[in-house]
Amino acid sequence: MIKAIDKQRYILDFTLSSLWRRKGKNLALVLVYTLVVFILGSVMFFTQALKNEAAVVLRGSPEIIVQKIVAGRHDLIPVSYGSRIGKIRGVNAVKARFWGYYYDPVAKANYTLMVPEDLPLKDQEIVVGAGISRVRRVFRGNSIVFRTYDGKPATFFLKGILSPESELLSSDLILISAPGFASLFGIPPDRATDLTVQVANKKEIPTIAAKIVDALPDTRAITREEILRTYDAVFDWRGGIMIAILAGAVLAFLIFAWDKAAGLSAEEKREIGILKAIGWETADVLQMKFWEGLVISLSSFFLGIILAYFHIFYASATLFEPVLKGWSVLYPHFNLTPFISGYQIAILFFITVIPYTVATIIPSWRAATIDPDAVMRT
Amino acid sequence: MFFKPGIIALFLSSFLISGMVLYASFSGALILRYWDIHSGSETQLRLERKTYLISTILGYAFVFQLFSFFLFIYTADTLHPFFTGAMCAVGSLNVNQWGFPLIMLKIITFLLAGLWLIINFTDNRGYDYPLIKAKYLLLLAMAPLILTEAVIQAKYFLGLNPEVITSCCGSLFTADTKGVPAEIISLPRPVMEIMFYGAMIGTLTLGGVFYRTGTMGYAFAAAVLLTLLVSIASFISFISIYFYELPTHHCPFCILQKEYGYIGYCLYLLLLVGGLAGMGAGLLMPFRQIPSLKETLPSMQRHLTLTSIISYLLFTGIATYQIIFSNLKM
Amino acid sequence: MIELQHLRKVFNAGWPNEYVAIHDLNLEIAAHQVTVLTGPSGSGKTTVLSLLGCMARPTAGRIMLGEREITSLPERFLTQIRRTTFGFIFQQFNLIRGITVLENVMLPAYPLGEPLGGLKKRALNLLDLLNLASKAAAKVEWLSGGEAQRTAIARALVNNPGVIIADEPTAHLDTGLSREFLDIMRDFKGQGKTILIASHDPMVHDSEIVDRVVRMRDGRIIDAGVF
Repeated sequence: MIKAIDKQRYILDFTLSSLWRRKGKNLALVLVYTLVVFILGSVMFFTQALKNEAAVVLRGSPEIIVQKIVAGRHDLIPVSYGSRIGKIRGVNAVKARFWGYYYDPVAKANYTLMVPEDLPLKDQEIVVGAGISRVRRVFRGNSIVFRTYDGKPATFFLKGILSPESELLSSDLILISAPGFASLFGIPPDRATDLTVQVANKKEIPTIAAKIVDALPDTRAITREEILRTYDAVFDWRGGIMIAILAGAVLAFLIFAWDKAAGLSAEEKREIGILKAIGWETADVLQMKFWEGLVISLSSFFLGIILAYFHIFYASATLFEPVLKGWSVLYPHFNLTPFISGYQIAILFFITVIPYTVATIIPSWRAATIDPDAVMRT
Repeated sequence: MFFKPGIIALFLSSFLISGMVLYASFSGALILRYWDIHSGSETQLRLERKTYLISTILGYAFVFQLFSFFLFIYTADTLHPFFTGAMCAVGSLNVNQWGFPLIMLKIITFLLAGLWLIINFTDNRGYDYPLIKAKYLLLLAMAPLILTEAVIQAKYFLGLNPEVITSCCGSLFTADTKGVPAEIISLPRPVMEIMFYGAMIGTLTLGGVFYRTGTMGYAFAAAVLLTLLVSIASFISFISIYFYELPTHHCPFCILQKEYGYIGYCLYLLLLVGGLAGMGAGLLMPFRQIPSLKETLPSMQRHLTLTSIISYLLFTGIATYQIIFSNLKM
Repeated sequence: MIELQHLRKVFNAGWPNEYVAIHDLNLEIAAHQVTVLTGPSGSGKTTVLSLLGCMARPTAGRIMLGEREITSLPERFLTQIRRTTFGFIFQQFNLIRGITVLENVMLPAYPLGEPLGGLKKRALNLLDLLNLASKAAAKVEWLSGGEAQRTAIARALVNNPGVIIADEPTAHLDTGLSREFLDIMRDFKGQGKTILIASHDPMVHDSEIVDRVVRMRDGRIIDAGVF
């Protein structure tokens, strides 16, 4: 047993010195390998971090949201529906929610307006998200003019700006008072945007949702679980598409790796021939190639992961910004909560190290089966 | 559904592994046909060089197979929140008709892969490649299984429909329904307990005998296999409830989850390793008389037997510990 | 101690460039003696050396090492035997550039996995024996011709083989160094080692340490030279 360990140590020692003797070629390989792990890792970390953020946020969201549907589209809901829902057994509370979208031609951006539950605002007071503040260049105490539903100008005063930590969600958000909301959008007094339902027992949610739709056939009841699942699915789908697109890059990397492994220089061939001639057998040379692959794979793998981690969690995924920004004018500055799991590392391992290893098996074997006889005849 | 990174990784690995096994099978068939250790011809030398390649390819392929088995289980578990009614991997596997057959196949190929690696290792110890024909025949037998597994895995993942309401393990692993799990659970507890501990003691004894004297090898291997099945059944029947601390919770998959400290992986790993090692020792029995292996084979079998005994002992130990110290007292 | 029976070696069999290197060769090498193989290039000397030294397998015929037949041993086991029985010294020395003299000498022992302490001591002893102790940490590119040759000899001895095989050892050496080489071989003969040399250098096959000269031509032995 000790003999086996000593033998591996010797072979590893020789492998390291031989990798170093060809450092140009090997550093190039490590660079490309690290880049591949970095990109794939960044995509995975980013997707997972966004999913986690969504989950955290949705924890505070209502168990059921009830919306009125007219001709397949979301319409304003009568507040009176609330009392009908409140009568269903298991429902703790029903609240009316007021929110909507406002298109600002000045910034050519869409804002989300919402009447907050716990924040008392005077009629003309608003609180805006950091993105809006940046785009319209307005700060606390400034005023901002919007056009109401009937074309008249309405002036609002900024009570404050939402904290930068919440930017991911609140960048384009405006908190407004109920009268302000009504005057801006002209909503009839007996209507709300939707109703939120608080349920006592989590397990009852699907049942109660079904009862609501039964009692009020022109509504739909969206449960929190459904939202979570949809977000999860969307993030996965987007992340997965990116990985699938990157498959092309991974394939190019594998061809590169094969080429590097197969392209033994004359000096390398000579060295292996000498090893075979002085008493190393094919299995020993294969062992050396195995260590070579392992050293290169592990260094690139861990370097790539560390760089991806820093990229996503400390540099806010700057490299993805152009892709993610899309139409958005109000791109948030955000810092994602760092999250890394063994499962992600395992998956990254499967899609990088394993294909690399497979690509280098045949070249390694060709190298290991070099005939020592040829060395005798030089 | 398909675009989850875990699923992409599993597709990729089963594609690679299938490719490697196919290539190895074609080359292996050539070796079976033309191999002649006593010839010094160039063909034979080429075949000998080839066999290094095939061993290397299959070595990697089967190690990846083992890893991907665990990745699959973990992924199945992470999928369960997407299906109504699913509380653990059982729910995910039950979504379409491919889930459970897939996991059965994966266990079988896992064991076969391990056995092949054991035979390969042994073959390399003999100076005239004594087991080369046996090795490649086994490979040709395994290749269709591995390819089938890849196809069924694809069918399973592509057929995952979140609209389907699936069953929770609570409704599957209960005495009230029909099916094998129900039969196991309805057996009276004392009977199961006796079967489990009896099987364990018997296997460990046979193992000890084989270790010391080198006889009863076949009996030991058979006992190992039997005990593997009995242990799984016992887990479902009475061991699980002590981990869950709930007399009606029998599920064999919930134990893989975080809230139980992932102890499930440890338990199943011990069972699989123990089963594999014991069966490996038995598999080598027919080759004991081969001259080139005469010296090295018995010590290999002893190592395998010891591994098997220790693994099974640890499994029993952990299970018994939990039974004694669990908050659930029956 | 090494016996070749009806040995035949063919390269590229069945192809247009098929080449028969050795035809029906019979040879018996005695232990503790210095045997020299001589003949023009193309006579098959190098092939015989590689067959004798378990580096290649014959197309037909049998090779006996002592009592054991090694003809059809697969490479793995052939190499195991070769490692501990034979030490090779090549025409071009064939040292690995970029690593030290000491590492080069220890290299053949790596697959045997013996503890570093013992291995290093043995290697340093060999270097000392050959007056190379001061160069142990030097990179082989900086060695002179004679030092490189002595390093190659030390490497051939690190596993304590009973047989030393040298292929044209004096081909790149001047008279002084050639004499040095023969002196070192004399010492090894005195230690009871068997020595096989392939050489067309008259200085070698006329040397007084040589016990037997075997002449070859066109893949056959034309003078077995048994005294």
